[in-house]
Amino acid sequence: MNKNFSLWMLDYGIVLILFLLIGIFSVASSNFFSLSTLTTILRQVSIIGIISVGAAYVILTAGIDLSVGSIACISSLTAALLLKAGWSIPVTIVVTLILATIYGVFSGCLVVFFKMSPLIATLGVMTSLRGAGYLITDGLPVFGFGKGLSAFGRGYFLGIPDPVILMVVIFALGIFILSCTPIGRYVYGVGGNEEASRLSGVSIGGVKIFCYAFCAMLSGIAGLVLLSRTNSGQPAAGVGFEMDAITAVVLGGISLMGGQGKLPLVIIGVLIMGVLSTGMLMCNINDYVQQVVKGLVLIAAVAFSYVSTRLRDKIITKPND
Amino acid sequence: MMSDEIILSARGLSKYYAKVKALDNVTLDIRRGEVISLCGENGAGKSTFIKLLTGAETPSSGTIVYEGKEYSSLDPQLSAELGIAAVYQEFSLIPYLTIAENVFYGRELKKGFVLDKKEMSRRVQELFDQMEVDIDVNKRVCDVGVAYKQIVEILKAVARNPKFIILDEPTASLTLKETEIFFNVIRKLKENNCTILFISHRLEEIFEMCDRAAVFMDGRFVTVRDVKTLQMNELISLMVGRELSGEYPTPKYHSDEVILECKHLKNAALKDVSFKLHKGEILGFGGLVGAGRTELARAIFGADPLSSGEIIFNGRKYKPKSPRKALSTGIGLIPEDRKSQGVLLSLTIKENTVYSSLPKYLTCGFIINPNKERSETERYISELKIKTPGIDQLTKNLSGGNQQKVVLARILSTECDVLIFDEPTRGIDVAAKQEIYNLMCKLADSGKSIIMISSEMPELIGMSQRIYVMGYGQITAELSKDQFSQELILEKSALGKAE
Ligand SMILES: Nc1ncnc2c1ncn2[C@@H]1O[C@H](COP(=O)(O)OP(=O)(O)OP(=O)(O)O)[C@@H](O)[C@H]1O
Ligand SMILES: [Mg+2]
Repeated sequence: MNKNFSLWMLDYGIVLILFLLIGIFSVASSNFFSLSTLTTILRQVSIIGIISVGAAYVILTAGIDLSVGSIACISSLTAALLLKAGWSIPVTIVVTLILATIYGVFSGCLVVFFKMSPLIATLGVMTSLRGAGYLITDGLPVFGFGKGLSAFGRGYFLGIPDPVILMVVIFALGIFILSCTPIGRYVYGVGGNEEASRLSGVSIGGVKIFCYAFCAMLSGIAGLVLLSRTNSGQPAAGVGFEMDAITAVVLGGISLMGGQGKLPLVIIGVLIMGVLSTGMLMCNINDYVQQVVKGLVLIAAVAFSYVSTRLRDKIITKPND
Repeated sequence: MMSDEIILSARGLSKYYAKVKALDNVTLDIRRGEVISLCGENGAGKSTFIKLLTGAETPSSGTIVYEGKEYSSLDPQLSAELGIAAVYQEFSLIPYLTIAENVFYGRELKKGFVLDKKEMSRRVQELFDQMEVDIDVNKRVCDVGVAYKQIVEILKAVARNPKFIILDEPTASLTLKETEIFFNVIRKLKENNCTILFISHRLEEIFEMCDRAAVFMDGRFVTVRDVKTLQMNELISLMVGRELSGEYPTPKYHSDEVILECKHLKNAALKDVSFKLHKGEILGFGGLVGAGRTELARAIFGADPLSSGEIIFNGRKYKPKSPRKALSTGIGLIPEDRKSQGVLLSLTIKENTVYSSLPKYLTCGFIINPNKERSETERYISELKIKTPGIDQLTKNLSGGNQQKVVLARILSTECDVLIFDEPTRGIDVAAKQEIYNLMCKLADSGKSIIMISSEMPELIGMSQRIYVMGYGQITAELSKDQFSQELILEKSALGKAE
């Protein structure tokens, strides 16, 4: 096989996997290959997509954020309660997102100032926010507020669902920050070599806190989108979001060791997750099996990222023909 | 005890990385019992060659014949079984284990199911005594200095009784005293008919220790010569393809203006250090490894805390809170340990070069301007002669010396007024050393002040205008140009009170 082609395959093979999956499901279920399914999938993945951008930032600094699902959930609950109390939509959005950002700053501070492992810090935040969600709602769904928000969740712009547009905008923003601004450069630097970054005059604490805060804010936005789609706040919502987001990020080729990978391919990772779950649903594969499959996909993605670095070295060092 | 028997021969070894020919059709015979050195500029392919012999990398083409058997490639385990031992420049010691435990790591002695610690330390102590290395093998590795770590690393390889031992720049972090210990070990190994291959950019060492020198250039093997019949300048011109003057440039700028003054600095490693740095001066710091020179540099740069003392910078009080603050004030440091503190291996050359000075390259206040980045990086690549296929090459794919140059470029682009160079030419080839000396001289002439910490005596004496000698966390002497001598510096580095 041609050398450049092999390298290209390692980088973009994930795109082929996406097409392959679409192919398989189209054969397995006659309704799958249609515009309406595509729209459904896109709308469905928009929430995880938005979170994945934040998760990618955290993972690039060699961290991890497990609290994204809980933050999305509590944000949708807070917004629901505020709306129910008669607050206006813009004020509700601002307050909710400020709160979400604060949760992230808190996780970031735990990691930076107490040198806590990100896994533990965000596990703690995840659990307590989940509990807090049940507390403020007594464990009951919140509904019965205006239809204002759901106009967004149901709306279309140029034939594309609003949440999808939002996801694309957020991806564009995430890519822009990473590739064109100093903070983005520092995200890669801190993930690649923390000590060298510190000695280069980078405030590594600042960079990390930024990432957790940014991730949490995006989770907050995801929570609002969730609310706009269901028009009710569910205290059990968002369970497992961290799994989906981390899998999408790893599928997109971002290394869990930090400092390596590009954001654009994460979109493909997100789409794969969406195609998988919608496809399995349409093929009447039951919930438990779906869970098993998702877990296996995460494992496979991490294993592949290891194997692909090895393969890349092999290919690069083959003699030129 | 050199014989004419060939222990290992490389036959047409090549190694490619994408379009880079790191090693190109190298054929070389190595005789049993000789000490042979690989010489060549940064990026000539020396490390690549030995990585193929130790099995760390597989050849793209060619074969290796070892003791009469032909191999198309080796792997680390196989090469260990064959009696080939390697010491890389990166340490592979485990800090919280003792020296003895480290030496036996991976092949521990056991009594039944439990570790036989007594026997292990006895045997290791025996080995160290035999090699005349005076150190307690029950000390933990993290408690010994960097020079001794290197020696432990070497003895760890020796403990396996190898027939063929390979050392990549083993002396780079050693001062004169430890280098002597190292040479002693090499002599003992040679008496035992062990074959030794080593790389060093300190050419005097090659003349002192080696039987033969093999010269590489641009991945190709040039020639192998008997050291006895070889002159230093001949070797240099073989390596770089032209004559080098070998003289140290002298800066012309002189000023009595004090730009940096440190008064009574104290912390865990420093006991009351005071000194002055003048504008446009190249100030040398001599001493043994562990004398506190690096710690002093790190404290001024804000990388380590100070417990007391005062620093005046440019007439104003300066508190070294963090490296970030130091850089914005105008003090830059090139750290001693390139791999872990200097270079960002996963970023490209371009990204490394501008990393410390990104605010300089912005448009609209927050977007990095790719054109400015590119032109600045290209300027440094040509100024420092960094060997690379392009500015977007990842730094981890550069040779050791070229990585060091990238760190230099990063600090230079910050345009600090005071530059602290901690072992700036470690691992850098003769020609590039000359470039760096010229560059330092140019910087000093433009009014920048330079602190140079160096364990290489000729460079310290050749480049400095004044030298402070340190020992045990104190300044033990201040020498002016007419007082410089190797003996005096060595004598003064032994002063200072040990606790
Ligand atoms: N993984 C890699 N990918 C691409 N190029 C590489 C890689 N490793 C080494 N090279 C290139 O191969 C060449 C030889 O490198 P090598 O490390 O053998 O040099 P060296 O002689 O040891 O230099 P130094 O004295 O600086 O240590 C260099 O030009 C380097 O850029
Ligand atoms: Mg090398």
